[in-house]
Amino acid sequence: MNAPNRQAAVLPAVGGARSGAASLLSSRNILIAFVAVLAIAPVLLPEFYITLLNYIGLAAMVALGLVLLTGVGGLTSFGQAAFVGVGAYTTAVLTTSQALPAWLVWAASPWPALLVGLLITATVALILGSLTLRLSGHYLPLGTIAWGISLYFMFGTMETLGGHSGLSGIPPINLFGWVLDEGREIFYLIWAFLLVAALTTENLLDSREGRAIRALKGGMVMAEAMGVDTSRSRMVIFVIAAMHAAAAGWLYAHLQRFVNPSPFGVHVGIEYLFMAVVGGAGQVWGAIAGAGVITILKQWLQDWLPKVFGASGNFETIIFGLMMVVILQRARDGLWPLLAKLVPARGTTRVIDATAEPLPRKAMPAAGEVILEAKNVTRRFGGLVANNDMNLHVEAGEILALIGPNGAGKSTMFNQLSGVDTPTSGEVLFRGKSIAGHGSREIAHLGMSRSFQHVRLLPKMSVLENVAIGAHLRGTKSVLPSAWRLDRAEEARILREAAFQIERVGLADFMHAEAGSLALGQQRILEIARALASDPCLLLLDEPAAGLRLKEKQALGELMKKLRGEGMAILLVEHDMDFVMGLVDRVVVMEFGQKIAEGLPDEVQKNPRVLEAYLGGVE
Amino acid sequence: MDLDIALILTQDGITTGAVYALLAIALVLVFAVTRVIFIPQGEYVAYGALTMAMLQQGKVPGTLWLLVAMGVFAALLDGVRAMRGGPRVGLAASLGWTVAYPLALAALLYAMPATQSIIVQAALTLAILVPLGPLMYRLAYQPVAEGSVLVLLIVSVAIHVSMVGLGLLFFGAEGSRTPAFSDAQFSVGALTISGQQVWVVVASAALIVGLWLFFDRSLYGKALRATAINRNGARLMGFSPVFAGKLTFVLAAFIGVLSGILIAPLTTIYYDTGFLIGLKGFVAAIIGGLASYPIAAAGALLVGVLESFSSFWASAYKEVFVFTLIIPVLVWRSLTSHHIEEDE
Repeated sequence: MNAPNRQAAVLPAVGGARSGAASLLSSRNILIAFVAVLAIAPVLLPEFYITLLNYIGLAAMVALGLVLLTGVGGLTSFGQAAFVGVGAYTTAVLTTSQALPAWLVWAASPWPALLVGLLITATVALILGSLTLRLSGHYLPLGTIAWGISLYFMFGTMETLGGHSGLSGIPPINLFGWVLDEGREIFYLIWAFLLVAALTTENLLDSREGRAIRALKGGMVMAEAMGVDTSRSRMVIFVIAAMHAAAAGWLYAHLQRFVNPSPFGVHVGIEYLFMAVVGGAGQVWGAIAGAGVITILKQWLQDWLPKVFGASGNFETIIFGLMMVVILQRARDGLWPLLAKLVPARGTTRVIDATAEPLPRKAMPAAGEVILEAKNVTRRFGGLVANNDMNLHVEAGEILALIGPNGAGKSTMFNQLSGVDTPTSGEVLFRGKSIAGHGSREIAHLGMSRSFQHVRLLPKMSVLENVAIGAHLRGTKSVLPSAWRLDRAEEARILREAAFQIERVGLADFMHAEAGSLALGQQRILEIARALASDPCLLLLDEPAAGLRLKEKQALGELMKKLRGEGMAILLVEHDMDFVMGLVDRVVVMEFGQKIAEGLPDEVQKNPRVLEAYLGGVE
Repeated sequence: MDLDIALILTQDGITTGAVYALLAIALVLVFAVTRVIFIPQGEYVAYGALTMAMLQQGKVPGTLWLLVAMGVFAALLDGVRAMRGGPRVGLAASLGWTVAYPLALAALLYAMPATQSIIVQAALTLAILVPLGPLMYRLAYQPVAEGSVLVLLIVSVAIHVSMVGLGLLFFGAEGSRTPAFSDAQFSVGALTISGQQVWVVVASAALIVGLWLFFDRSLYGKALRATAINRNGARLMGFSPVFAGKLTFVLAAFIGVLSGILIAPLTTIYYDTGFLIGLKGFVAAIIGGLASYPIAAAGALLVGVLESFSSFWASAYKEVFVFTLIIPVLVWRSLTSHHIEEDE
């Protein structure tokens, strides 16, 4: 078949930034203006403000990692200050120690020390992550609190780390012969680090790997079914966040030229989290806003509150805590969305490259090949037998419907077939291989894809991006290529495939709309497009026609007939009799967990047991 | 180390472990019913000890004014909601609790002679601090009660940070140690057991038995257990999750404050001591998987004993040892769990 040509023909000519006056305020121009302001700041501003900006930049780097971890990934860490400490102490020890072992002498200057610090941090983060990330989300923060406290006490007690009085005499950074020994000079390095970190984070989020990360918050079950390794995605963002913090610590040590334990305690870690929340967890640039607000406010409150209360102490924490509670109650997205409204920068609509090479496709199985087979499947829940000795099979190039009255055990059967649940006895074969006990990710690899009875989408992402998650397994580009934009050719192919599937199911008009803005019926169709984007040979659809209008049902029916013509095997669980009877090749009827009839739609409709048990009950 | 020292260390460990056990039970309870990871639990301990100390010095503690302020604020919120057409049922009763009760308590404190018996002081401390629990739930958690565990956790941390700052404001940077409940000493072989240690262990045990009776026998206790298992189911049976939340916070505050009163004579408590004490309760609660009460209590005793032995061997590293204890626990838990779950 000539799929490539057909794809090119149906692709819409969408895309391109809008022209006109608004383009002056494109995000690129705003960024250029921001960099220009930063570049001249050290020339114009007095020392005090430069120092403040240096600290804001350092804090923003740490907060940026938390934006990725907390705002995007839905995880959090209170141990970020400890990672800052690892970066700072590593370089402090390496660059000041007089007695380094011979094998470590090469690392006795700032740049190699940065490398060592990042390596140590990544190792610690990998260990902590592998301990906690497989557990429920709240174990990571609790684990990081414990890690943060332990490390803080280690810093304070170990002799080689200078104890509570710390280490001094850290040399300045030497950048190609330029010695950065003044605040005005290291300013450039700090903000360059920050901008690079922010831009690479933004790139990362806008990629195959980034969609997997963005699916962590509220879409893990779906993402796993699309073949995404969610544990790996969690680990990726945790390690990245830790390394941002360590790099900030390295800069901090060479800015201060002195380290002691106090800036690396758990309470400072909490402050970084506050910055991410205030700025807008989930907004890359919000990290800078949040770091700015908290740092400046802290400066101001530390001057002002002790005068009000007539006592000395860190009273700003009272205000910060209350502020956080109010923000989480009233404006959970933080300040960045409010700021973004003031400057209406035009986002660019995603360009779909219609000339991108189509993704490779797997060969479809020959018509008539048995794709999925359930043999004597029984599933018990305690005393309840939800599926009893069920047998069924689906062939390539046919549509099989599984029907039955409410409570017949259809959904349980669907779970056995899709690998979500494991049968008590019996087995499920997919292309001859048993899938019992395999996770949904492995099953996605084999070429089975599914929709969900209760729609599982990422409502804030566009229709295009949601469907692109379906094509996750058809790409290979990983974290670093994504962050550095070496993935664009593959990304164009993935987006083209997603656009083609959206077009195919008839949602082209909504390509760039937020998925959550679609009507329920359209969301179900979107799920089919997402499943198709994975290039499956078997499609499992759980009540795809529910919530659809007549015309939409007819279009869905046509689509399924077309897919059948291409050799796909389709199994659907459905309630809508008219829809099923006009469309499918064979029907399996269940009641009380058992198969009571199987055959052509016409035969089944005349079967007295079916009439009595199912249709008779409805009439 | 000889056997005598080991016995003394174990005895110390069990005493502090008993307090950690109370806190761990409260933490498991709060998490089960409301999904809140209750970081401020430790602040109730510090507030309890320091409020008691201030009462003993004949001063009116600042926590009283915190109670008045939170009460007035809660009353304002309820009033605004009622004016906007919200529920008016129970408004009078809630005004009684939020405004009249704190003011009456303030009047009582000013009217009473400064010197009182230790039991009266403890009762006053509880009367001031326990109502902070449900008020805190009302003001901070109830508006985000349907949020994710993560949002609730950040709220907890924010409250913790505020409470530490307020603690510094109310009590100052100086630590306090209150006189013991009893001066009795018992000798068992080489061991000397102080009356206060007996108080701590007996009171903790009594409280655990009381809680068990409450959850096993009383209707409210059963309703809380039902809420922990299935929030919506409990709601459909007519048990309001808001009420469940407030009741849970009453219990958590009570346990925290009582723990503070009990340990105040044993160790010097500062305004920020609560955090570490609460976290040790957490270590125990994590050992119980944030779900099992008996395992959490046993874990708490382990934490207490480990702490007392490590402070003998390497006192500088005792916190490191205690918090590293959760690592093997996490390893074990992560090896036994494979489930991919959606955030609530």
